[in-house]
Order: sequence, then C-alpha cells, then structure tokens
Amino acid sequence: MSEFASGTLTAKNIHLSFGSNHVLRGIDLHVEKGTTASVIGPSGSGKSTLLRVMNRLIEPDQGDILLDGRSVLKDNPDELRRRIGMVFQQFNLFPHKTVAENISLALRKLRGMSKEQAREEALAQLDLVGLKHKADSRPANLSGGQQQRVAIARALAMKPEVMFFDEATSALDPELVKGVLALMTDLAQGGMTMVVVTHEMGFSRNVSDIVTFMDAGVVVESGPPDQLFTNPQTERLQGFLSDVL
Amino acid sequence: MDILNQLAESFFDWEAIGEVLPKMFAVGLPNTIVLAVVSGIIGTALGMLLALMGISRNAAARWIARIYTDILRGLPPVLTILVIGFGFGPVIRELTGSTSPYPMAIAALSLMSGAYIGEIFRSGIQSVDKGQLEATRALGFSYGSSMRLVVVPQGIRRVLPALVNQFIALIKESSLVFMLGLLATEREIFQIGKDAAANSGNLSPYVAAAIFYLALTIPLTHFVNWIDARMRSGRPEKKEPDEAAAVVGKGAQA
Repeated sequence: MSEFASGTLTAKNIHLSFGSNHVLRGIDLHVEKGTTASVIGPSGSGKSTLLRVMNRLIEPDQGDILLDGRSVLKDNPDELRRRIGMVFQQFNLFPHKTVAENISLALRKLRGMSKEQAREEALAQLDLVGLKHKADSRPANLSGGQQQRVAIARALAMKPEVMFFDEATSALDPELVKGVLALMTDLAQGGMTMVVVTHEMGFSRNVSDIVTFMDAGVVVESGPPDQLFTNPQTERLQGFLSDVL
Repeated sequence: MDILNQLAESFFDWEAIGEVLPKMFAVGLPNTIVLAVVSGIIGTALGMLLALMGISRNAAARWIARIYTDILRGLPPVLTILVIGFGFGPVIRELTGSTSPYPMAIAALSLMSGAYIGEIFRSGIQSVDKGQLEATRALGFSYGSSMRLVVVPQGIRRVLPALVNQFIALIKESSLVFMLGLLATEREIFQIGKDAAANSGNLSPYVAAAIFYLALTIPLTHFVNWIDARMRSGRPEKKEPDEAAAVVGKGAQA
C-alpha cells in the first residue's frame, strides 16, 4: 500500500568533475519504487553531490538519470525538480516568510493554486508533521527539529515521486534527531521512494531497503542492510563501520 | 568678548534667519525634497539593475556594471554634476526646448546614487546563504524566479540601513546642484541660504540652511538605527520548547 505516487529512480555511470577534482567516478544507483536507499560514507566521498546531480542542481559530465525508466537529462531541469523533493542539512527555510508561506509559495507559483487553496494545502501538510499550530510563526522561532519537519512538509506539498534527504539530522541537537527520524521512517513505510544520505547508522540499518557505501567518488559496496552491516566485504567498509559504530 | 559678539552676529543674526525662512519653506525645502526623492527612486531602480547585472552569469553584463560603478563611485560628486549638467544640458535643450538644468541635476544625482545603491544591493544579495537559492531551485523554481521571490527580497532587507544612509548622503549631495545655475523657483535649501547670505553679507542664512538639512537628516539617521536594532533582535515572538519533537508522524497523530 502506498500513500504516494512514487517513482523508480536510476542513476547510471555518473561522472562529475570540478576542475581537476574528479568527484563522482561512475556511480550507479537504483532505487525501486516505494523503497528507501541510504547512502553512507566518509565526508567528502561525494554523497551529497550525488543527490544534487540526480535532481540536476548540478549537471553530470557523463552518465544518465532515469525516472520510471525514462531518461530525464533532456527534460527541463526545473520540471524534474518539481518531481523530486529535497531536504537539506541546514533546513534552508525561507526566513522572511512564515511557516505556512514557506510551503504555499511553490504551490501558488508552480502549481497555480489560489492563495486560499495553497494555504489550506500548507496547513494540511503541517498537520501531517504535527506543526499546524506553528503555521504563522517565522522559522527563526522554531527549534531545529521543528524547522526540519517544516522543510519536509514543504517538499512533500509538491507531491514528489522521490524524496532526497541530505544529512537531514546532522545539524540537529541530539534530542531533536528522534522526531525527524520518526517522520522519515513514517514516509518510508508509507511507500515513498527515498534516497537518504545519512550518518545515522541505526536509521540506515533499520529503515532502508538497500544501503550504498561510497568512498572517494565510487560505490564501494551496495546491498541489503543486514548484509552490509553484519558482513562487510571490503576493507574500506569494514574500516568505516569500525570508525562510526 | 568682541570676537564672540562678532561670531554671534555673523551666524546667529535672528533677523536675517527670520527673513530667509519663508523662502526656505516655500522654495528651498520642496526643491531639496523633490531632488532627493526623485533621484532616490531612480537611483534605487538603477542600483537594482546594476546589482542584478553585477551578479549575473553573463560576463558582459557583469563588466558593464563593474565599469559603470567604478567610474561613478570614483569621481567627486561635484565633477559628475558639472559634467552631466553642462555636458548634456545643451542636448536636452535642443531636443525639448527646455533651458532648465533641473532634469540634468536629477539625472546626475540619480546616476551617482545608482552606483552606490547598486553596490549596497549587490553586497546584500550576495550575503544571502547559498542554501536559499539551492532550496528554491530544488522546489522547481527557475534561477530567475528563485532570485526574484526568495534571494533578492532577503538581500534587500539586510541592507535597508545602508540604503537609508545612502538617501541621507543624497539629501546632502543635492546641495551641489546649485552649480548648474538653477532658476529662481528651482533653488534648493543650500542655494536659498547662499543667495540670502550674499545679499545680506551675513552668514546666518547658512545656519538656517543647516537647520533645514538637519531636520531632514537626523530623523533619518535615527530611523536607520531603529531598523537596525529591529532587524538585529527581530519582532518579539514567544518561543516554545520543542514539546512535540518526540511524538510526530502519522502514527503519533492518531
């Protein structure tokens, strides 16, 4: 049972360089509709960059990105991004707008909703993340955990087919991490297709269907969480796990 | 005590000040306000254009904005006003038949303040965290819409104090247009004072002019301080603890 119009996302042989710095060196990633893929790995391994390439905030030098089996590289990138929600480490809420306006902006301007319609939809999304009562507050007056939940609601309001989470809990105080992870778990169980870049090994292990370990711009190991966490095949993953667990 | 008396007579001849007041109110003050406000508005529009060109991804636009700004900011205001006023005045006369240097005065002030305001806007826009642009684009907005709806409004908000300071400078610089030889009805605060001082041989009309300038600029200065303080502390709003942090999601809502 899926509550979302989820899609299947595939990245094939993605290469990206910044000048002489070869950041992504032939990445393959396949996320089946309604499943959650987590991407783990040391800082600087290219995880966050991979997310930005897959929604074309950064254009790849080489490779292909497919949504439901169809290449999206020739599409208008703005339209592609309306189909892929993204949540950031630093929340990136719009500080000059209220919580409800943060969500309704894209609904009005991109989905063509009226002001009233968009606000209603924003309130409905806020209700899902338990923050309807904060609709008219400014983001600065919310805790980090609340801000991140608003950011998730903002992305969900666009009815995306895939959700990206870029270290969504890394900037949170430890006691606020739980609430955001619980919400992400709900989404995963609700059938959302998700790509989660994370340092939360517990989440990666318990919630994701597939775990991908990246290092230095390549996928070193990929597979079901049980296999990767209990029986890592490569020295690099063994080393990484012994450092973080 | 002779010196003190002499100074008091030169600067605080109340009769001379009283005589110049009607003209200050009727002619000088309105003209100064018109010069400052009109060139402030044009300068703000021009500044916004220059700022957007300055951060544009088009190299030619960036260069044009850079060169314009460097030149106009690098020249003494008095020189810019003279060059534009006397240089373009005859062209305008030919085209429109108007002999008034007033439009040229406004043009010169606008072009100068545009350069300064452009730099103010540019620094404000560039100080907005790049995550804002990224988040807006991730929602599916184009670069242009993202800038217009999210980045630029935040950038402007941040530089409001600097912008008001620039308006204060503009009020003061508007005094320099006297050099263009304005018609009697076009004279602003400074020239009214200057004319009266020349006629009476007493410096008190300058003091009257000074008071008029201060009446305009001091409230603006305090207005800057007020916005500055308000932006620093924000509007007061009650902050609650994150009571719902641990109980969220659809499961917890039931």
